[in-house]
Amino acid sequence: MADEPLVLGIETSCDETGVGVVRGHTLLADAVASSVDDHARFGGVVPEIASRAHLEAMVPTIERALAHAGVAATDLDAIAVTAGPGLAGALLVGVSAAKAYAYALGKPLYGVNHLASHICVDQLEHGPLPEPTMALLVSGGHSSLLLAPDITSDIRPLGATIDDAAGEAFDKVARVLGLGFPGGPAIDRLAREGDAGAIRFPRGLTGPRDAPYDFSFSGLKTAVARWVETRRNAGDDVPVADVAASFQEAVTDVLTRKAIRACRDEGVDHLMIGGGVAANSRLRAMAEERCAAAGLTLRVPRPGLCTDNGAMVAALGAEMVTRGRAPSALDLPADSSLPVTRTHVAAAH
Amino acid sequence: MLLLALDTATPAVTVALYEAGRDGGAALAASDEIDARRHGELLLPAVDRVLSDAGRGLGEVTGLVVGTGPGPYTGLRVGLVTAEALGAARSIPVHGVGTLDALAYATGLDEPFVVATDARRKEVYWARYADARTRVAGPAVDRPAEIAGEVAGLPAAGAGARLYPEAFTGVREDLPAHVSAVALGALAAERLSAGEPLPGARPQYLRRPDARVPTGYKAVTRT
Ligand SMILES: [Zn+2]
Repeated sequence: MADEPLVLGIETSCDETGVGVVRGHTLLADAVASSVDDHARFGGVVPEIASRAHLEAMVPTIERALAHAGVAATDLDAIAVTAGPGLAGALLVGVSAAKAYAYALGKPLYGVNHLASHICVDQLEHGPLPEPTMALLVSGGHSSLLLAPDITSDIRPLGATIDDAAGEAFDKVARVLGLGFPGGPAIDRLAREGDAGAIRFPRGLTGPRDAPYDFSFSGLKTAVARWVETRRNAGDDVPVADVAASFQEAVTDVLTRKAIRACRDEGVDHLMIGGGVAANSRLRAMAEERCAAAGLTLRVPRPGLCTDNGAMVAALGAEMVTRGRAPSALDLPADSSLPVTRTHVAAAH
Repeated sequence: MLLLALDTATPAVTVALYEAGRDGGAALAASDEIDARRHGELLLPAVDRVLSDAGRGLGEVTGLVVGTGPGPYTGLRVGLVTAEALGAARSIPVHGVGTLDALAYATGLDEPFVVATDARRKEVYWARYADARTRVAGPAVDRPAEIAGEVAGLPAAGAGARLYPEAFTGVREDLPAHVSAVALGALAAERLSAGEPLPGARPQYLRRPDARVPTGYKAVTRT
């Protein structure tokens, strides 16, 4: 439809410089420049390295996205950008670029929430999100269960991790096993050759008195390290594939169990899974199985749209335009701890 | 030539619209705010204000001029990415000018002097000049005590020199403490009119990013 809004989205909350172009629910371009290789030897994202890379890549990535979408900047209806949460210095590069484009083109600016964008991106793949949607967001920076009655204005956090994010646990276990950074893809690959039932690792916060929707992965990570070290100290071989598979099984078991329980408790029949860890093949398979058994419809975007990208920001920006939400002002701040309840940062009146 | 100049490499968030013709140039409007924590929030509203104060539109601007530092990185990047994005969105060329060079130009001095800005962590960004237009050393980042021998007694401008008067013994309160985009625009206009090419908008960080390679694997169990 020609009257659907054409929106450019900019994402720089962590180590990916992402720029997407969408028309309504249709993805036209998704350009990403990643600095992940520059961080590998440090075993984690170094904020200053990420910010420098964003500055280098920002404008070229915008130009590439526009060229790939085959649209002129002047055709855009709005510019959307991740206003938070994320790394402060990294966010600021994207926010500044978005303001400059919006101002130079005379288009409205939408500073949107990174987590809400992770949910909204699925509209590009599977069409309009049902309302409400239950969303499980899992990545290196966040692990949350969110109830979303309206993706543009009403997101309610049900639970979150009380210590490590799920993706962080993958990175740390990968280090214990001597795999590289980032740990997620390495463990996913190795786990395919292992026995997921070989070792029974603990499932954090799953007792009857524990918070039903909160997560904890710190104990699991320590348990894996202890198990591996005990073996090593005894001079035994470590069955790395079995450890990887058993660890991954524990994480995905807890994530899917809690997400399905939240759907049941809230009477929601759709579960959406997003964030970098949603690219994990075991999580996708287990969620499919369990959702089917529970009579729930599962929505997971393809892996490329689960990790941080600009298309997800553009998708949420387009939804903001469609629903007539108020744009942001030119003094829009980058807010590293923007709460998920603030789906976007509208101008003060 | 109508230049929109801006600099956020230091606590100053400074924007100016500078017009230059055959017989010299002048600032049509300018905005100077000192706030080390809100570069990102202040810059675009200041650009908008300067253009509307001057009664000009971005479409009339023939060149963007941006301070390339050195300066604390987070603020420095705000100006650079803003200038680059404005330039790309409206196909306006973007020129870089060293922030210390603009500060030096604003002194109008015709004798040797130094310029220093605060680099935090008890260091300064500094450069030495033969006159307001001619840099002879730097820019560099150092502890004031380490360069005292090179800068003592010379007239000194900039907030960095004022912070460390024991090293910058010739510091002068009548010289500017902060960079102004008017000077940035005037210096760029002078160079461009003379046919001198200006560098692109590349950041001068002068320091490597803070990042440590993790020291091996730390066991969780005690053995
Ligand atoms: Zn994310």
